[in-house]
Formats: sequence, C-alpha cells, structure tokens
Amino acid sequence: MRPIEILTQLLELIVALVAAPLFVGWVNQCRAWLQNRSAPSLWLPYRGIRKLFHKDAVIAAGASRLFRLAPYIVFGAMVVAAGIIPSMGTRLPLTRVADAIALVGLLAMARVFMSLAAMDIGTAFGTLGARREMMVGFLAEPALLMVIFVASLISATTALPAITEHLATQTLGLYPSLAFTAVAFLMVLLAENARIPVDNPATHLELTMIHEALLLEYSARHLALMEWAAALKLFNYACIGFALFIPWGVSTRGSAPAALLASIPLLAVKLAAAGTFLALIETVSAKLRVFRAPEFLATAFLFAVLGLLVHLLLGA
Amino acid sequence: MTPLIHSPLDACLTLLALWVLIGLAGLLRPTSLIFVGRTLFPLGALCGVALAVVALLSLGAPTERAVLIVGLPDLPMHLRRDALSSFFLFLLGAASAGISVFAAGYFRKGHGTSAGLLCLQYHLFLASMGFVLLADDAYAFMVAWETMALSSYFLVTTQHSLGEIRRAGFLYLLIAHVGALAILLAFGVMQGGSWQFTFDAMRGAHLTPFWAAVAFLLALFGFGAKAGLVPLHVWLPEAHPAAPSPVSALMSGVMLKTAVYGVLRVTFDLLGAPQWWWGVVALSVGLFSALYGVVFAAAQTDMKRLLAWSSIENVGIIFAGLGLAIVFHGVRMSGLAALALIAALYHTLNHAFMKSLLFCGTGAVLHSTGERNLGRLGGLIHRMPWVAWLTLIGTLALAGLPPLNGFVSEWLLLQAFLFAHQVPQTFVNMLLPLGTAVVALAAALAAYVMVKFFGVIFLGQPREATLLLAHDASVLERIGLLWLALGCVTLGLIPTQVVGALRIVTRQLARVDLPDPTAPWWLLEPLPGRLASYSGLVFLLAATAVVLLTILAVRLFYHQRVRHDAPWDCGFVRLDPRMQDTAEGFGQPIRHIFEPFFAMQRELPSPFDSTPRYRVSIADRIWQRLYQPLGTLVQRVADAFSVLQRGRIATYLLYSFVTLVLLLAVVL
Repeated sequence: MRPIEILTQLLELIVALVAAPLFVGWVNQCRAWLQNRSAPSLWLPYRGIRKLFHKDAVIAAGASRLFRLAPYIVFGAMVVAAGIIPSMGTRLPLTRVADAIALVGLLAMARVFMSLAAMDIGTAFGTLGARREMMVGFLAEPALLMVIFVASLISATTALPAITEHLATQTLGLYPSLAFTAVAFLMVLLAENARIPVDNPATHLELTMIHEALLLEYSARHLALMEWAAALKLFNYACIGFALFIPWGVSTRGSAPAALLASIPLLAVKLAAAGTFLALIETVSAKLRVFRAPEFLATAFLFAVLGLLVHLLLGA
Repeated sequence: MTPLIHSPLDACLTLLALWVLIGLAGLLRPTSLIFVGRTLFPLGALCGVALAVVALLSLGAPTERAVLIVGLPDLPMHLRRDALSSFFLFLLGAASAGISVFAAGYFRKGHGTSAGLLCLQYHLFLASMGFVLLADDAYAFMVAWETMALSSYFLVTTQHSLGEIRRAGFLYLLIAHVGALAILLAFGVMQGGSWQFTFDAMRGAHLTPFWAAVAFLLALFGFGAKAGLVPLHVWLPEAHPAAPSPVSALMSGVMLKTAVYGVLRVTFDLLGAPQWWWGVVALSVGLFSALYGVVFAAAQTDMKRLLAWSSIENVGIIFAGLGLAIVFHGVRMSGLAALALIAALYHTLNHAFMKSLLFCGTGAVLHSTGERNLGRLGGLIHRMPWVAWLTLIGTLALAGLPPLNGFVSEWLLLQAFLFAHQVPQTFVNMLLPLGTAVVALAAALAAYVMVKFFGVIFLGQPREATLLLAHDASVLERIGLLWLALGCVTLGLIPTQVVGALRIVTRQLARVDLPDPTAPWWLLEPLPGRLASYSGLVFLLAATAVVLLTILAVRLFYHQRVRHDAPWDCGFVRLDPRMQDTAEGFGQPIRHIFEPFFAMQRELPSPFDSTPRYRVSIADRIWQRLYQPLGTLVQRVADAFSVLQRGRIATYLLYSFVTLVLLLAVVL
C-alpha cells in the first residue's frame, strides 16, 4: 500500500462519514424550498444523531442478540462500501479486494441484516417492513448489477475504481448504453434509499412505509447508527452514480496528490446538484402504491438489461 | 497404511468397503440406538473424513485403474480414479462426514424402519455414491447408480406407515427409473457399434455429430431427472420433506451432485468434443430451473419443501455454469471455458455444504418441535441458539453474501458471463446478457427466500405455546452442524486455493485451463490482465475491523445503558404472535409478482362469515399440465390392455399357445 492510497482511503472515509448526514440535510432543505415550506436547518440530521447517541436505549423484551448486532453490521457495511466507491480518488487500497459485485453483495448484506433484525421482535410492522424491503431489494439488486455490468463491459474490468478511471480518462465518448443504464440507476437509487415514489421517508403511515417500518423498534444509539447508515447509503449511491456517469474530476492514477484536494470541492458541487435533482424528482412525483413498486423496479431492471443489449449490439 | 493399499484408488475402495461393513454391522444389534447411533454413525463419519483426505491428496495424482472380479462372468467391474472422481469423492467424504455426525445424534426411537436397517441403507447409499464416482464401465456405473436410487428410496420411505410418504417415495422411484433408462440408452448410443461398454471403448468410439448430440441429450435428460432440472423436478419437493433430515441433506447435498458428475463425465470425457449448441440447451434449462426453483421456494410454507425448491434453483445455477462451459469449449475459448467450469464445480461444492447445513438445521428444529410447517414456528433463536446461529451462516451463504462461499461461486459465474461478449455466434451473444440477468435475479431472490426461511423459523415470537419447550441440539448434532458451517466459511475465505485445485480437474477433464495466477495467495484473480479480483479474507478482515471499531467507538464516547421494555410497534398494545407475517404472508409479494408461474387457489371469506377462513394453496403448473395428463394417458393405455386380462386359466393357456406358434413361425 502506497501512502497516496492510504491518504485517499482515509479522506474518502472521513468525507463520507461527515458529509452523509449533511447531504440528507441538503436534500431535505431543497425539498422544503420546492414545496414552499420553511426549511429545517441543514444541520438537523447531525443534531438528531447526536441526540440519539445520548439517550438510553430501550430494547424490546423479546429481542435477541441479532437485533443489537444488526445496527453495527449495517453501519459497518455502509462504511466499507464508502471505502470501495471512488468518490474522490481511484487509488484505493481495496480496489483489488472487493470489486463492484462485492459492493452489491455488501449492500445486500446490509439489507438482509436489517430485514432480519426487523423480524426479530416479531411485530406486525417489523415483518411487514422486512417483507417489503426484501421485495424492493430483489428487484433493485439485479438492476444495479446490470447497470454496473454495462460500465464494466465498456472498461473491461469489474473493479469500480478502474471503471471510473477508464471512463474519466478516455476521450469523451458517447455511450447510448450508459444512457439506458443511467435511467435504470436513478430508479434503483430512488427505490433503495426509500425515496418517493417507492417509499416516503417523511411518514409513518403503515400502509405505505418500508424503511421506517424496519427501524420502528430501534432507539437511541442503535437508531442513530441506522439513521447514519441510511444517510451513508444515500451518499454511497450518489457516489456510485458519479463514478459511473459523471466520473470527471476524481483524482486518477498519475495525477498529483494535490488533485485529491481539488476533488473535494468538485464532489461538493456534484452532491449539491444531485441533491437538488433528487428533491425535484421527489417533489414532482407521487408516491406509488406498494404493489406498483415492483412494476417500477421491473422497468428499471428492463432498462438495465436493454442497456446491456444495446452495448453488445452497438459495441458502445 | 497396510501393504495391501498401494494407491489412492485402493484407499478409496477400502473406505467404501468399510462403509458397507459399517452398514452391515448395524444389523447385528438393529434396535440398539446406542450401538448404531453412538458407534456406527461416528465411525462412518470418520471414514468420510478419511475419504475426503485421500481424495484431496490424490487430486493431482495420475489416473489409476483397477478391475474388480465381481458380478457376472466375463463382465468384471472396471474402476478408474481421475481428478474429476477425486473432486467428487472429496465432496462426498467431506459433506457426508458432517451429515453422519449429525445423523448420529439425530436418529432416535421412532416409528418406521429400525435403526440398524436404517444404518445399512444409509451406508450403502454412501458407498454406492462412491462407486458411481469410480465406475469405468456402463455395467458398474448402472449397478452403482441403481443401488444408489434404491437405497435412497428406502431411506426416503423410512416412515412408511404414512401414505403421503409412500406416495413421495413412489414418485421418486418412478422418475429415478425414467432417468436411469435414459442414461442406459445414452450408454447404448455411446458404445458406437463396438458393443464394448467400458468407458474406454466409449472414449475411443467415433460418433457422428448427430449421434453424439443424441447421446448428450439423453444423458442430460437422465442425469437431469436425478439432479432435479425443471421439468423433471417434481420428485424433489415431495421426497425431500418425506425423508429424515440427514437423508434429505445427503440427497440434496451429495446425491444431486452425482448427476452433475454424470453430465460432466459424459460430455467432456466420454463424448470428448461437445458442440457449442449443447451448452445453449444446458444453459437455458439451467437458467429456467434456477428461476422457477427460487420463485417456488419463496412461496413455500414447509421448511424442507422450501429447501428442496432452493436445491432446484442451485442445481439450475450449476447447470447454467456447465452450459456456459460447454458453449465456450465448443467455440474454443479455453480460458473462459475453464472459468465457467470452475464456477460450476465451485458452486457444486458450496451447495453440498450449504444445503446440508440447512437441512440438518431443519432436522434439529423438527426434532425439538415436531413441526415442519413454518406457520407454527418462530422465535427459536432464544431456545436453540446453537442451531440458529450455525444455520444463519448457511442462510447467509446460500443468499450469496460475501465473504461466505456462496458469493464466490456466483462471483465466478458472473465473471464468466461478463467476459463472454466475443462469442462468434450472434445468437449466443444475445442470450448471454439475458442469462446474466437471470442469474442476478435468481441470486437476489435467493436472499429473499433465505430471509424468509431464517426469519420465520428462528426470529420473532414463537407462534405456538409448545415452542417454549424447544431444546437445543445435542452435542453430536452440534458438531455436525459446526463441521458443515466451517466448510461454508473456509470455502469462502480461501477461494484462490480452491480454484487452484479445481484447475487440475478442468485441465484433466476438458483440457482447458486458466492462466497461472500472478496475484498473491490471498487474492482471487481468475484471469490476470483483466482487472477483476476478490479476496474474501481481506474483505472479512476489513469489515470486521470496521464493525469492531464502531462498537468500540460507541462504547468509548457514549454510554452502554439499556432498558428492556415491551415492543413499541407504533403504539399498538395487544401484540400477539399471530400478528407476525406467516410464511404465506412473507411470500405474498412473490405470489403477486410471479403470478403466472403458479396455479393458485384462493379461499377468501365473505364479510358475513362468522368464522372467516383465509386459505391459499399453490400448485406447480408443470405438474398439472404435464404430469397429470401423462399419468391419465398411461392409465388409459393400461386399461386398454386390461382387456387381455380375463382371469380364466383357459384364456391364458390359449395366449401361451398362440405365442408359441408365432415364435415357431418366426424362427422357422
């Protein structure tokens, strides 16, 4: 491991941990503006997490160890994922250890543990949430894989940093296949991060909720970790999107260490734009019925497979 | 070793013979559970370990042959051990060791077959699987294959007093024999006019492409019936729940794999030069089985039936890898063929451990609760922590999550699919992305199935009061589960070494190989030069480090205070175990999304019912559309022939007379 790799890794992890709640705060703020509400503070997610860490944890009497372990595993999975995704630099020490398929596996692991923990108490809402989360997951996961595969076919590698590097450093090319997959990816991002139109993060309405139903029994530090992990997940997905579709500006092999510093403001700009876009989508679309969600995701899956076919037909 | 044993083949034969002897010893004191359970089964497990060690050490050894002078005069049994046999013998030994230890604690006083007889059938089953793997002529192969089918039939019908179980056994026997017939015909085609039924003669026979294809399709049909490929899968969801759990584990974990062995042996060894379109057939059938199996698994309410359907899925994935390997082999893409073949073999090995672990886990649950229905289980993680946590490993492995073993083989398979975009046949090129999509979808659905399986059985509140009396598995059962779980973890952490061993098999079997690895020992990089690598070990270390650091940090900076209280559940007060999702409830999204797959019958109450009943039953369309008409047809033909059956001796004498006259007329 070279010093630049360790430096990039540390920087990425720190930025992810710090910026993830801020990103959520930013999306919330944009949403409030677009909906003509007065916006909550940008720092609200931090205060929420801090408050939760200080509270006493209340754990349901019938909970097993799995329930208490799950927040750490979910949080850990998201942190490791943040370490794999090249958000600022492609010189990452884990490049060869875990490729994009492992990244998808890591996200699946977080989902499985979250669902299992939700089933652990045995409440009606918990199991309902677990079932719906797995339903969203089993359609979103292959779609995400397909999206990644198109990019990895273009760059002949499955290592995400190598894909980014290839896409960022080549002369500007037009890839119709990537256009298809970009649409698919956006749909997956919305579904996986419990956003409208699949889920609504702002409600506890039992008929529609998915993500919140999983967290109902969590409190205090466990809830804080879960909330933080959810913020990290959104951040990670945004960064996967950047890595695949707007890779320019990351510090690549051969660039000076100072390029790493330059990539920080660029990431901030990308995140700000993405947050605004996300808020816009959420504002203009309506929540789907839960049973429309599979159709939504099947469309995403189809788009991704189409992207793959287009790539193989056109070679681009 | 004694001077009698010169070679690994001798050692294997000795161990197989020991299995037979152990089985026979069971007849000495057939009702003594202490003798059979505490002595014979652990001894059998030791033989399994020894077999695994011998097989592993002999993987790279040169091919050896032997001739056993048993059986019919002039028809000695030819035996041969090569890398492929060694690999499958290792699988048989290693997986059966865990299952046998588990079985030692599992079989108790009960109805049905006595312990001693069970021990004989069980060990005969093991030995016959070993002989299938070593056979080198069609006679020896078929004798071993039939012994395997029969001994497992008797094991399935252990509780033969139940009609349902006898029916399941009959269905199994029927399809096993339809399959055996096809295999026999395949051998008949492959001897190629030489009328020599040794495998050596078949290797040397020159078949026209047409007859080679016929032989391959017959073999695929015959072995597919044993493996449980759709549409020949119908016996699996019936026979697996009927059998005692260790037997289900053996059948699903090991016996299905002998079918994989058979297809590999016939395609790559006996026929030699597979054509690419055979692979397309195997690939399509495999992919369809994978999807069909996993969708049905998600809808099941019986835990062993769920696992049986999941076996169909995994066999489908193995055959998809195999088909891909044949395609690549057919178009002379050696590296990719090796990669796909290795992925298929790796998944074969993984599935042996994962599925055996889960079947044994269900066995432990069944033992302590007497319940197979998911709707009457729940909350067992509190009463059976050993079983629950060890089963969790199998669950996560089968869900294909890193860093366990299921992920590695899926990773390899996806890599094979991904690098496959330069096949000369455009048609195949179009099919491959769809194949990738199906594999990805099946893997994601497997996670759904596994969450359902583990969550409904072990998590939540107990759905019945009797579950509070459940007890954890016995020591022997725990050792068996632990062995299998360790297998799952180890295979996930040392993929480079496993792939290295599998390369010996692909080299010898199909003359295809991966390039030599340039990566360090802990890094799996199947095709150097392409940037695609994975390391389970480092991955695990990184993830564990992050999780531990998080725990430490939370401890350091904040407090550890915990209060226990009633669940919140959105403020709902009267919480009841019945309010949790049942297995039907958890499968509901799948039933909804994949509705065309199922033949569903719903029974919904009207608003005025005083005792409302909700019921949904799911049937296999293939059973209704294919098997039932077929059964009716057979019945009709049999009825037509029954005209001949007069019940009068005079009529039958007349038949004999007419036959005699006809025969004389033909001969003269």
